[in-house]
Amino acid sequence: MQPFKRLEAVALPLTRANIDTDQIIPARFLQKPRINDFGAYLFRDLRFNKDDSKRPEFILNQSEYVAAKIVVAQRNFGCGSSREQAVWALYDYGVRAVLAPSFGDIFYSNSLKNGLLPIVLPADVIEAILETLARQPGVQIVVDLEQQCVRAPGLAEQSFGIAPFSKHCLLTGMDELDYTLTHADKIAAFVRQYEANPYS
Amino acid sequence: MSAASRPKTLFEKIWSKHRILEREDEQELMFVDTHMLQDGSAPAFEMLRQRKLTAHSPERAFGTPDHYIPTDSRNLMDLADPESRAMAESLDRDTKAAGIQFIGLQDQRQGIVHVIGPEQGWTRPGLLMVCGDSHTSTHGALGALAFGIGTSEVAHVVATQAIWQRRPKTMRITVDGTLAPGVSGKDIILAIIAKIGAAGAVGHVIEYAGSAIRNLSIEGRLTICNMSIEAGARAGMIAPDETTFAYLAGRPFSPKGAQWDQALAYWSTLPSDPGATFDREVSLNAQDIEPMLTWGNSPEDAMPVTSRVPDPAAIADPQRRAVVERMLDYMGLTAGMALTDVRVDRVFIGSCTNSRIEDLRSAASVAKGRKVAAGVEAWVVPGSGLVKAQAEAEGLDKIFVAAGFQWRFAGCSMCLGVNGDLVAAGKRCAATSNRNFVGRQGPGSRTHLMSPATAAASAIAGHLADARALVNAAP
Repeated sequence: MQPFKRLEAVALPLTRANIDTDQIIPARFLQKPRINDFGAYLFRDLRFNKDDSKRPEFILNQSEYVAAKIVVAQRNFGCGSSREQAVWALYDYGVRAVLAPSFGDIFYSNSLKNGLLPIVLPADVIEAILETLARQPGVQIVVDLEQQCVRAPGLAEQSFGIAPFSKHCLLTGMDELDYTLTHADKIAAFVRQYEANPYS
Repeated sequence: MSAASRPKTLFEKIWSKHRILEREDEQELMFVDTHMLQDGSAPAFEMLRQRKLTAHSPERAFGTPDHYIPTDSRNLMDLADPESRAMAESLDRDTKAAGIQFIGLQDQRQGIVHVIGPEQGWTRPGLLMVCGDSHTSTHGALGALAFGIGTSEVAHVVATQAIWQRRPKTMRITVDGTLAPGVSGKDIILAIIAKIGAAGAVGHVIEYAGSAIRNLSIEGRLTICNMSIEAGARAGMIAPDETTFAYLAGRPFSPKGAQWDQALAYWSTLPSDPGATFDREVSLNAQDIEPMLTWGNSPEDAMPVTSRVPDPAAIADPQRRAVVERMLDYMGLTAGMALTDVRVDRVFIGSCTNSRIEDLRSAASVAKGRKVAAGVEAWVVPGSGLVKAQAEAEGLDKIFVAAGFQWRFAGCSMCLGVNGDLVAAGKRCAATSNRNFVGRQGPGSRTHLMSPATAAASAIAGHLADARALVNAAP
């Protein structure tokens, strides 16, 4: 996993709630092996017509936003299916952080395992950032994981919370599975005790 | 009050029994009793191969293909797309290499993983169960703690039999009273999601309680817990009771003999203690719930079948008004029209939400002696080979076929269509599945969610329909 420390980049405003993982990547691409560029499938049916021509009305196709690395959305981003490919699609496109008032639980967890930083901010703060982005299309905002803060033009600095271990993994690129394997003895001890008393 | 005597919820009892260790950031490493694998798991096994890791406890897992399989035959070669076939083939190969039990297409026990888990007795009270599929919440209907995970987590669980979790909050949803005739578990859960919203339970585990839940069969409870994820919940649970125990008795993987007695004694200790507290409480009156169906592109957009399509002009909030306008445009609906005037092209009775024997009986009772309307293509896709066999033993297949329904083989099928079972762009489907998202059943498809009885009635009528009117009239 690539480390994430600090990012200053174009932010894409998605003024929608309940953006489900079927929107982020339609199911017909889920059988593609991971070696593919999943960025090509990101918001596929919103970005492209059936004949693969671009839909100019979709915001990611507007020139100010093509280089976006940050997504700002309304509540419940990434709800629905557990497909980790939704994170791969955002990541492969170049997105490194998503800001929203709430996330689908599984999407949030999948993000942390792939170097994509999910940031929960209060709904009124998200609305203020969305308004800023609407007024200044293509403006850059700053996401600083070490300081745990977001800076957008004209807005007070916003701090955000993240579990310390998740922060550590993102900052260093450390993998959770490697960490868990260092606790193999504790798992083994648990299993012995558990299997001796399954019904207590 | 000491921790030992403090009243505990069903969730807390299972959680504390499975905790291996806690990190300073409050994430806890949880032991996984049962890992269910379906044919979306190929990337997880690829991750394990790259890291030269093997299965920690293969005996604690089972796999079955359900997404990437044909439902008009049991021959994988009938799937046109080689990449899709490779998903089902990979599960076969990967589980065998890992020593994990595999239930293949030729095995009558094959089916949707969330149907066969309970059916085989793999799903039991008190277990912690995971699967790389968001509808894993289904299994909580038997008093397990079960939740969906992503691909990286599937690899983690295969390699360690454990998973890191932040302890979720708890929510109790109490449904008291008596359901009106023609109202099912599907209607209850759609009413709940309409009330609390698609993000209403994010970060929570729901326990469903109350007399209306208690009086439901296991099939009805599975339907309710299945759609917990559509309210954003991590999991849904229902306390085990006599209905649960009767369902589990004699299942292939249920404990036997003295072990059954021990299990039963333990399971009886699991229900939430009197006085246990929840972070949130929600309640509904069962008698207020009507047959429900969705009109928009989120499961929260559910209304009684007797309603009219919402009018954006009547919505004060400009953001919500724009959302409703966009959904009506996508769904091809006119503000103010009666839902029962909405014509349908396709009907899908199936999915991990509603493909069990009771669902098929309910749909068949509506279809019996009637005909699917001209121009409507209606499918029944049983949830497993055993559900299919049971339905055939009861003659339900003959009722469906005589009415003009297609009677197919088990699988996820048209719920998300990754096997090619798709709804064409602009076509409208009355579906018993769980998601009405934009493009869920295929690009441009229009999905309305409802119960099996409502879907069968819609197939007969050719438009969204109230099954109660049909059931009360002679065929």
